[in-house]
Amino acid sequence: MANNATSGNGEITVAVSGLWKVFGPNADEIINSERRTATKQYLLEQTNCVMAVRDASFEVRRGEIFVIMGLSGSGKSTLIRCLLRLIEPTLGKIIINGEDICGYDDEQLMELRRHTTGMVFQYFGLFPHRNVLDNVAYGLKVRGMSKEERYVRAREVIDMVGLNGWEDYYPATLSGGMQQRVGIARALAIDPDILLMDEPFSGLDPLIRRQMQDQLIELQAQVQKTILFVTHDLDEALKLGSHIAIMKDGDIIQIGTPEEVIVSPGDAYVQKFVQDASAAKVVTANFIMEQPNILLYEWEGPKAAMHMLMTAKITHAFLVARGNRYLGLVTLERLVELFRSKGRSLKEALQTNVPTCTPDTVIEDLLPLAVSTEFPIPVVDDNGKLLGEIHNSTIILSLIQEKGAEEEEVVMNGETAIEDRGSGLDV
Amino acid sequence: MFEFPSFLHIPLAEVVDVVITWLLVHWAGFFDVVSSTVLYSLMNIERFFLWLPWFVVVGLVGAFAWWTIRRWWGVVILAGFLVVIGSFGYWEETMMTLAIIVVSVIISLSVGIPAGIVMTRSDRVQSVIKPALDAMQTMPSFVYLIPALMFFGLGKVPAVFATVIYAMPPVIRLTNVGIRQVSTDVVEAARAFGSSGRQVLFEVQLPLAIPSIMVGINQTTMMALAMVVIASMIGARGLGLEVLKSINRIEVGRGVEAGLCIVLMAIIIDRISYAIAARQDYTVKTKFQSRKKGN
Repeated sequence: MANNATSGNGEITVAVSGLWKVFGPNADEIINSERRTATKQYLLEQTNCVMAVRDASFEVRRGEIFVIMGLSGSGKSTLIRCLLRLIEPTLGKIIINGEDICGYDDEQLMELRRHTTGMVFQYFGLFPHRNVLDNVAYGLKVRGMSKEERYVRAREVIDMVGLNGWEDYYPATLSGGMQQRVGIARALAIDPDILLMDEPFSGLDPLIRRQMQDQLIELQAQVQKTILFVTHDLDEALKLGSHIAIMKDGDIIQIGTPEEVIVSPGDAYVQKFVQDASAAKVVTANFIMEQPNILLYEWEGPKAAMHMLMTAKITHAFLVARGNRYLGLVTLERLVELFRSKGRSLKEALQTNVPTCTPDTVIEDLLPLAVSTEFPIPVVDDNGKLLGEIHNSTIILSLIQEKGAEEEEVVMNGETAIEDRGSGLDV
Repeated sequence: MFEFPSFLHIPLAEVVDVVITWLLVHWAGFFDVVSSTVLYSLMNIERFFLWLPWFVVVGLVGAFAWWTIRRWWGVVILAGFLVVIGSFGYWEETMMTLAIIVVSVIISLSVGIPAGIVMTRSDRVQSVIKPALDAMQTMPSFVYLIPALMFFGLGKVPAVFATVIYAMPPVIRLTNVGIRQVSTDVVEAARAFGSSGRQVLFEVQLPLAIPSIMVGINQTTMMALAMVVIASMIGARGLGLEVLKSINRIEVGRGVEAGLCIVLMAIIIDRISYAIAARQDYTVKTKFQSRKKGN
């Protein structure tokens, strides 16, 4: 595997080889027959068995984030559960820290789960009858640690995920993002070697999801765990993963670094995935637009308008009517002329030849507009209302993101745009 | 013309008779031990209830009502009911009935809750126990009054056993349902952190099933009360016997009084045990609600 310089020190922590999981009767029979290569659909119809994981093999190195990505039904959640034997694999080897855990008896398995691994779940899996502190301390309690000791450790971890002050609250009173932080804290509390995360952010809304991803990256820099991360979101996989395994219908169809996956997709399926995720075709104006610094209203006088632009040190601003109805652009230059000629209405200085876009315009279509004008592109909805503006630099940044670099910065821009929109324009 | 063919005779009655006789002969010692243990505890509890001065009992019910219902009119009504029972002249009978209920409920719970837990362990066990529970509840109670009579003789002990059989199903069912309703995500999380089966049960499943189990306890108690009346037919003294006597003597007035006592007692027990059940459910909510307010 290439490109391990930045993550992991090369020591293999988890090695899976030839792992199979077939749900249903006669699972062994299917694996030992020719039908083991048949499609998932065929097997389901012919044998009533579900081929959840087929002959999976991969290695995870210490300190890296290994992402398993696939759509729902691809077997990724089954795979990660097999690693802890929460679901018993039908066949195969799972070597964790040098030992094949498939040979473990119940006692050894419990020890593994208590000390070596921690798991975070999509639907959090928090204990509703325990407060945050007791939820986080649960793994330590199961180990038999005394109350004082485990509370000390739990408070440390609660602090680490930024939930101090919430120790006494019950999970039902927390937001989704906070609940998942409790879930992460609970897994970190036992200080595991390996962190298993099963779509931890999928249940959260997009804004929180990105924030949590950033925090996970920060946290990982601190704790340096080996993380196996399951997701159905390619952007998330690209952002977090040092290696990505892409699954489809139970098969792992490609394993590689994010760059490898983007640049040389393993097959048509991956290609389609990557293509779909292409920023220029997917990301819309709505997502990257920003809140204008200054808006001019049609009833304002030229002098006031000039003063505003000059204080803000900008040379142009959009003119709007009541209800933020978009009228056009006014430049400082034209304002000065208007003022000298003793004009009264800002409308006389209006420039209406500025290209506009709708919130649904994708970046690909914004490009020609951006080239044709020196001004920001106003985002105007179907009712003629001004929603925001897009700078050329933003468009370029979001295109760089597509190449796999600088993505976070653009994401941040996108976030601020969305946040501002709620509070800003409608006054 | 088309009579049911007589060769299709299933000799269930004979089999049951043989089994019962066999049990009576070979397990006599066992039934004697059980019988005397139950009788001993029952007598002591009964003696204790009869020893308590009436105003103490009324006060206790009032205090209980306050603790669980938290309304002054709740206290007045429930304690008042008890005074009404006393004024009908059935205080002693009521205390006797109460003693039988207490013993029956204790036995029902100590067998029923573990049985409910066992039912959750496998679907196969559940599919065996479920029809048995249905049978326990739908079989006319007189049918098992007879064997109870044969095993334990006349008196209170067979009454307790008939009551236990009739009253136990709800708590078994609701323990089973309560545990099965616990979200699989939560159970999986507990397992993923290395909980043993016992830890999953006691740390996660049972605490989360408590509201459901409490409802089961309430229902079991109410059914025990209903059965105690019928059980008086095999000689258990108490309110049921008074009803029976007044039927035999066609004393409508006495019958109404005794019947009313049973109704009042049922209301007291139901309200208090229901309030405890609801409280269990409520504490989880209020704990965090109050904390939230405090912050």
